[in-house]
Amino acid sequence: MAGQERINPSQEDRTPDDDAETPAPAAAAAQKDDDEVDALLEEIDEVLETNAESFVRGFVQKGGQ
Amino acid sequence: MGIETEYGVLQPGRPLANPMLLSSQVVTTYRAISTRAEGTGGKARWDYDDEDPLQDARGFHLDRASAQPSMLTDDPARPAPSGPVTGQVPVVEPGLPGRNRRRSGPTQEVERPAAEEYDDPSAANVILTNGARLYVDHAHPEYSSPEVMSPEDIVRWDVAGERVMLAALRELAGFPGSEVVLYKNNVDGKGASYGTHENYLVDRALPFTTLAELITPFLVTRQVFTGSGRVGLGATSGTAGYQISQRADYIEAEIGLETTLRRPIVNTRDEPHADRQRWRRLHLILGDANLMEVPTYLKTGTTSLVLWVLEHLDELAEAGVDARAELDALRLASPVSDVQKVSRDLALTAPLDLADGRTMTALEVQGEVADVVRRSLKVLGTDAESDAVLDRWTSVLERLGTDPGSCAREVEWIAKMRLLDRLRSRDNLEWDHPRLHAMDLQWSDVRPERGIYHRLLAKGAVDRIVDEESVARAVQHPPTDTRAYFRGEVMARYGSQISAASWDSVIFDVDGSQALQRVPMLDPTRGTRRHIGALLDASPDAATLLAGLSGRR
Repeated sequence: MAGQERINPSQEDRTPDDDAETPAPAAAAAQKDDDEVDALLEEIDEVLETNAESFVRGFVQKGGQ
Repeated sequence: MGIETEYGVLQPGRPLANPMLLSSQVVTTYRAISTRAEGTGGKARWDYDDEDPLQDARGFHLDRASAQPSMLTDDPARPAPSGPVTGQVPVVEPGLPGRNRRRSGPTQEVERPAAEEYDDPSAANVILTNGARLYVDHAHPEYSSPEVMSPEDIVRWDVAGERVMLAALRELAGFPGSEVVLYKNNVDGKGASYGTHENYLVDRALPFTTLAELITPFLVTRQVFTGSGRVGLGATSGTAGYQISQRADYIEAEIGLETTLRRPIVNTRDEPHADRQRWRRLHLILGDANLMEVPTYLKTGTTSLVLWVLEHLDELAEAGVDARAELDALRLASPVSDVQKVSRDLALTAPLDLADGRTMTALEVQGEVADVVRRSLKVLGTDAESDAVLDRWTSVLERLGTDPGSCAREVEWIAKMRLLDRLRSRDNLEWDHPRLHAMDLQWSDVRPERGIYHRLLAKGAVDRIVDEESVARAVQHPPTDTRAYFRGEVMARYGSQISAASWDSVIFDVDGSQALQRVPMLDPTRGTRRHIGALLDASPDAATLLAGLSGRR
């Protein structure tokens, strides 16, 4: 059926200028990712059980299927 | 196909609370909520008549006396205990009494029981207006989705199940001393595991052994995109660490009938809930519960595509794709231990020994299977839905190989690991720290204000497959393109006149009628809106509907 061929944007399609415009994009992306995760963690700190140890110890289930 | 999830259940501050009772309260509370909302007195029981959890797909039947008591799930008078029972002699059962039936056209007459049937709280059961079943399975509340036709619909009605659990939780929160919290996960970290099972309708012409052999390498390795991540290694978390799958450490056999012990990669329970001349139901018990929608979508979508290939091996061979040989070449030398090996391979680079002496990583096995599926669709014809699954599958596999972090919006174990890793480095924690365990457990809390997955969802940090509006509809209404439509609609319209229902039957108790009327639904593709919608709309009561059903076919 038509449309089955996957089109992969390959490295050859990129001109050198694309890379030159954004120096060290990987490092910038990693920093952005860390900031995003830190923001999430700050919010999660507020919902995490205050007594993690007793919460974990008390989480006991019966086996199921 | 369909998906069933047993939820973890906890009473805050009371670790010794009876989980069977808590689960029962969840189920009966939801029944009360829906009865109040719809004004229908639905007290329908589950019809166990066609159930047989001891029928093995390999062609034999396990004797009830030889079965572990926890496998006997088809007798409401004797609820199956949770997990293997040590030191208990199995009780010899004479077999369940079959109801006396007489055929009369498309409906069957069933004798009305002489006495009111005993309502055992541990057998609490509700058939929802969306076609799902909510009940107590062992010591967990379980939501079994209605039958659906697409992976997108699986996600829709699976997430609807989370909202059902949330509604029961909220209602119980109003009764001091009855509060429960529900978790959509599979482990307590102390040795107990409870399941998320997938069910696929498969053409009976495909021999079961062929199916099991050829699908196993795919099932062992699909966790790279379906795993929801787990803190702790080993069934009782004896070793500190993180792994890809919740369920991996509880899979102990390649193939088998059991679901509560020696859990297998491919389950052989042969209980099709449909015409067994035409179909089998592949019952998979090795998957994780997923909060994220993309893993549920990919898990069911890719598994369906592989099953479609297996159903068409001969046509494919004629069309020049030798899928049988190509999939057979991927057979693993030790699939059971590979389940655990893949689950611990966070770098996704561990070589797995194949039966023919070669080695491949889990990603490479998946890549090969995806390629077989792609070429199979190409020669036999495809559709937009299959293409969408295949494209996403291929894309996720490629990115898992080159930049796993880029999958944090789509792959649950990566999303979870990203948070845990950052928390570890920020607070300088080792893997055995309780805060990390707590984060893992709270990830699956169904409450939006407490669940960590829900915090990510609220922040737009995960990809969705369905929107919340359609989920809200799916809480109330069934899919329109399977027999679940009939089941859900009759529950909504004539709930007070239904005495029992199951996946493949509805039993009506109509005023003035001497016997109960059983409507068998052995074809999962009938009873759709197209098939029966007009008759339902024209039937103000169940008697009219039954008369209408008798007048057709």
